[in-house]
Amino acid sequence: MKTFTNALRRDILKMIHNAKSGHPGGALSCVDMLSVLYKKVLNVPLEWDKAIDFDKRDRFILSKGHASTALYAVLAHCGFFPTNMLMSFRMLGSKLQGHPSSRAQLPGIEVSTGSLGQGLSIGVGLALALRLDKNPAKVFVLLGDGEMQEGSVWESLMNASNQKLDNLVVIVDKNNLQIDGSTCDIKSLDPLDEKLKAFGFEVYEIDGHNYEQIEQTMLEAKNSNKLCAIIANTIKGKGVSFMENAAGWHGKAPNDEQLKNALEELNV
Amino acid sequence: MFSKDIEVKSPRNVYGDTLAELGAKNPNIVVLDADLSCSTQTCRFAKQFPERFFNCGIAEQDMIGTAAGLAYGGKTVFASTFAMFATARCLDQIRNTICYSKLDVKIVATHGGITVGEDGASHQALEDISYMRSIPDMKVIIPGDCEEVKQVIEYAANTPGPMYIRIPRTNLKSIFSSEYKFNQTTGVKIKEGNDITIVTNGETLWEVMEAAKMLSQVGIEAEILHYPVVKPFRHIALKQSAKKTGSVVVVENHSIIGGLGSAVCEALSQHYPTKVYRIGTKDTFGQSGEQRQLMEFYGLTDKKIYEKIIEFMDVK
Repeated sequence: MKTFTNALRRDILKMIHNAKSGHPGGALSCVDMLSVLYKKVLNVPLEWDKAIDFDKRDRFILSKGHASTALYAVLAHCGFFPTNMLMSFRMLGSKLQGHPSSRAQLPGIEVSTGSLGQGLSIGVGLALALRLDKNPAKVFVLLGDGEMQEGSVWESLMNASNQKLDNLVVIVDKNNLQIDGSTCDIKSLDPLDEKLKAFGFEVYEIDGHNYEQIEQTMLEAKNSNKLCAIIANTIKGKGVSFMENAAGWHGKAPNDEQLKNALEELNV
Repeated sequence: MFSKDIEVKSPRNVYGDTLAELGAKNPNIVVLDADLSCSTQTCRFAKQFPERFFNCGIAEQDMIGTAAGLAYGGKTVFASTFAMFATARCLDQIRNTICYSKLDVKIVATHGGITVGEDGASHQALEDISYMRSIPDMKVIIPGDCEEVKQVIEYAANTPGPMYIRIPRTNLKSIFSSEYKFNQTTGVKIKEGNDITIVTNGETLWEVMEAAKMLSQVGIEAEILHYPVVKPFRHIALKQSAKKTGSVVVVENHSIIGGLGSAVCEALSQHYPTKVYRIGTKDTFGQSGEQRQLMEFYGLTDKKIYEKIIEFMDVK
């Protein structure tokens, strides 16, 4: 898994370097979770694989759409589209838009996101539709902790609980940083676990970079008949020493030298 | 195409009944509301199909996001609340989630325009058409009577993609018979005339028809064009009429900025430059008052429309 995620980290950095823009910090904080999700947790057949019932696939929504490079890298490395498409990220006419776009019809992208605070409502609606159709598929939504400052997130948490959805799993990538600095200083979410519990969620707390913990907890949440939320403690910029825990790397591209240093650190 | 008997009916009740009828035929239809189901009359659907009705509470952003998710899950979604809250409150969700992904969500808003009445400015959406019209891939429809409400809702249920439909709050006099067929590709000629073209839709259609009768009495034959589809705006009928009459008046229960009046000006400036006079609320907020009082104050009654057209024709 480490080799896999290192290759993904390499591609995330190269995509952002190539595009001269993008969001490395939040992509590096969630890429371990996305890797485990797509490799071990989600039932996500490729569209052209007729052997598997495509309608029954699990759905993943990246509500923090600015981490798109992490999702694009995982999808490409899982065979949804050729890895050589990755370098078209943010280019004119590309299916790899700055933020995920279902309009752009990139295989594996379920919904459009980017404007924060909307993915969870979409996830709730999707979970309701699946339940109406008696479809056993599950919906996973990954939010950023900063994103949870959006009021609409709390509207949808309330709705999810009110609808008693057991086919929805909420994951919070808690990297404690946002563009302007520390989430604690700007508008603290703490105590997030108690808030989610008060909203009716079964809350798990994990190390979002520990593959075993991620896999075990996500599978447990997936198979649970309760409404589950996973708070994943992560490090923004994880894997590249000079990007780790630095708010400045939220939305900045590495230059040639920084990329070289980062790739050396990753040893890929 | 015109109704012989004049019946007064609530377009909201017609909306609710039509939804319930469509719900019986099509199990894929789901309906959402934000705590106003008794006002929007989506409660008529809810009563028959409780498992396909979701009351999202007083949380319009969540309602539109949830509507998007249901549409991603293959459902045909109707989401209703007052026009004020169905547009401005959740504009980002409508733009970035519904329209950007061309989802099959119909936002059917009641209580648009000044005719909300006593609740006043905070509840009078005078800009909703302007917001909705500016979003790519959004269709905008304002039916003119209850028969047309029914047909537009049926059309919406059978036509994929995002739509904004504004249902008038006031009870409406019947204009169309069941022989009328709603056609999204053209403006509808309601009355022939050579002297001036009046373009309208929604609640003001009846007022314009009455105003035209008054104009006839003083020898002015107005041509009336009903444009329920504000977007995509089809200019052909308008252009032909403008060519004939040489001047155009637009009447709408909306701000003169960004609504039907703007659509008419945009089309004519490109296809057949003509002087246009726009009747609607000016660059202003509304206020409390009885429906009829407000319509008179803001110049939307038959008599006020007549007076303004006379004024316009004198100076043109």
